[in-house]
Amino acid sequence: MTKELFIQGNEACARGAIEAGCRFFGGYPITPSTEIAEYLSIALPKVSGSFIQMEDEISAIGSVIGASWSGIKSMTATSGPGFSLMQENIGFAVMSETPLVIVNVQRGSPSTGQPTMAGQGDMMQARWGSHGDYETIAISPSSVQEFFDFTILGFNLAEKYRVPVLILADEVIGHMREKVRLQDNVETLKRIKPKEDLKDFLPFKNVENGTNPMPSFGDGYNIHVTGLTHNELGYPSTISPKDHSTLVKRLVNKILKNREDIISTDFKYCDDADIVLIGYGSPVRSIIEAVKIGRKNGVKIGYLKINTPWPFPENEVAKIAKSADDLMVVEMNLGQMVHEVERIAKNNANVHLFSEIGGTLPKPTDILNKVKELL
Amino acid sequence: MAEKNKQDFITDEEKNPYIKYFRKDRLPTIFCSGCGIGITINSFLKGLESADIDFNNLSLVSGIGCSSRVPGYLNCDSLHTTHGRAISFATGLKIGNPDLNVVVFTGDGDASAIGGNHLIHAARRNINLTVICINNNIYGMTGGQVSPTSPEGSLATTAPYGSIDTPFNLIDLVTAAGASFVGRWTTAHPLQLSKSIKNGLLNNGFSFIEVVSQCPTYYGRKNKLKTPVSMIKMFKENSINKRRADTLSEEELLGKIVVGEFVNKKREELSKKIDDLSYIKSGRNTIRKSAYIL
Repeated sequence: MTKELFIQGNEACARGAIEAGCRFFGGYPITPSTEIAEYLSIALPKVSGSFIQMEDEISAIGSVIGASWSGIKSMTATSGPGFSLMQENIGFAVMSETPLVIVNVQRGSPSTGQPTMAGQGDMMQARWGSHGDYETIAISPSSVQEFFDFTILGFNLAEKYRVPVLILADEVIGHMREKVRLQDNVETLKRIKPKEDLKDFLPFKNVENGTNPMPSFGDGYNIHVTGLTHNELGYPSTISPKDHSTLVKRLVNKILKNREDIISTDFKYCDDADIVLIGYGSPVRSIIEAVKIGRKNGVKIGYLKINTPWPFPENEVAKIAKSADDLMVVEMNLGQMVHEVERIAKNNANVHLFSEIGGTLPKPTDILNKVKELL
Repeated sequence: MAEKNKQDFITDEEKNPYIKYFRKDRLPTIFCSGCGIGITINSFLKGLESADIDFNNLSLVSGIGCSSRVPGYLNCDSLHTTHGRAISFATGLKIGNPDLNVVVFTGDGDASAIGGNHLIHAARRNINLTVICINNNIYGMTGGQVSPTSPEGSLATTAPYGSIDTPFNLIDLVTAAGASFVGRWTTAHPLQLSKSIKNGLLNNGFSFIEVVSQCPTYYGRKNKLKTPVSMIKMFKENSINKRRADTLSEEELLGKIVVGEFVNKKREELSKKIDDLSYIKSGRNTIRKSAYIL
């Protein structure tokens, strides 16, 4: 059954989590994400799930990792300052291959910044915020509908690749109200128990596709889970160069070698475009409007909408860089993903930045005016 | 010669009846000779047996430090987390599956410096975890730095002129925060310790057991207590039972280690409250291991 509702983005996210099978939320109040926690504190007990408000964001993600190993799909939601506090444990979740979802409803930053205004200043932190070499998956919704759909997608990808999945929304999407079609029999990915005999089981085996089935605590596997470099048994192995490189390369490659499965983009009018606008999250709304107006006025303009900023859609950007002369990244920061576009476009296209900070969406007409200056 | 040969035929089980609980393929441990952690592990396993806890239903959680390496050597599910955060991971694990017995191994630095906030909040919530805090008054893993429990005047690599900080009394801290079982013993009291661990495991709430333990390598070497024996002797001589301590003045208790059981009371437990709320709102308890069916 499908029903249509006129709801806020944060509520759509929370509803998506329930549909995806999330049955544990551990969080800490922070604007502009708090409605996700509030909604789930009401909804989770009604679906035999658990909600806890922890003492800070560090313990919030700690509790989520613990709950995930108890065999429950789990998540937390936060914004910039809380996301900063979570970084160490995000690295732990990567190293211990713990599936979970972290929603970051981005606000004006740095520091306490603009709690009630939108921003996209955490894009590179999402990529590099925890120490060391690692890969995660990040998804950016640009509508309330996508906040619902992408939260479900996030849980499925978290289970499939056993990684923390970051949903990088922003205040505009979190607080905006739109009509949403809610499906209640969505496709979810169930966790799969290991098939091996308990004695032969290697929980962190160097398997070809990178991802092992995940037992939960209390299943009798007696596994050891550690953030230290570990061997296939899960035992610490901290001075073997081979064990370290085998482990870290497997964790990185299980994402990079499955780019095609993970990456999602949408594009329009790119074939004949002189200039292509590139964006993610709420600015995509302005981008699409700018392209509509531009096309009406005879400007050869197209757009590439990035749904999964990480891993970065390199092939998609490279393809467009070959066909268009100019690329313009529109983002609500002083230029973050534009560096990735520059890296991929190389000498094939001129890369420009339309940057808007201060908390409000870029105006389609402003974007278009800058396009006209360039052409 | 004959004696020596006989020794060779003694099985591991005869040397230590608790060896069956170990991941034998991980032995020997990284602990220094004379470390108090070995005594604590034996007391823990004895307490576990006498509390009749099913080892297969036991989950051990720890943070970072010497004491946090304990779970890696015991053959049950174990989660070795980030520095100071073990109790928050354990909170999620226990709420996710209230049927598990969850025990946290931690140290003075892990529990009361970097992890102090999680410690007091878990005590406040009275979540059913048993926290065993091995307090050696120093940071052992990083080479002997001052900790929040280092006695005033004691020497450490980051307190070369003697500690000028006032130490925490962990018992007062967790008691004030609301823990429903609180005990403290030293490694000179292995039997009393195992009994308190048993009582802590049986308490349906937040249990905190402090084990004052020797670190001869760093604390002892820095503070003129070079051998494990001299440290254990010091514990024995300076320990005073809670009941006697209650009759003494603050001056008389200076430098003493007050041991015993400080709190043992019944109080509503958090994971059951969450499970009950689920029952009220959905007609059933929280679904265990739902990731495999949803």
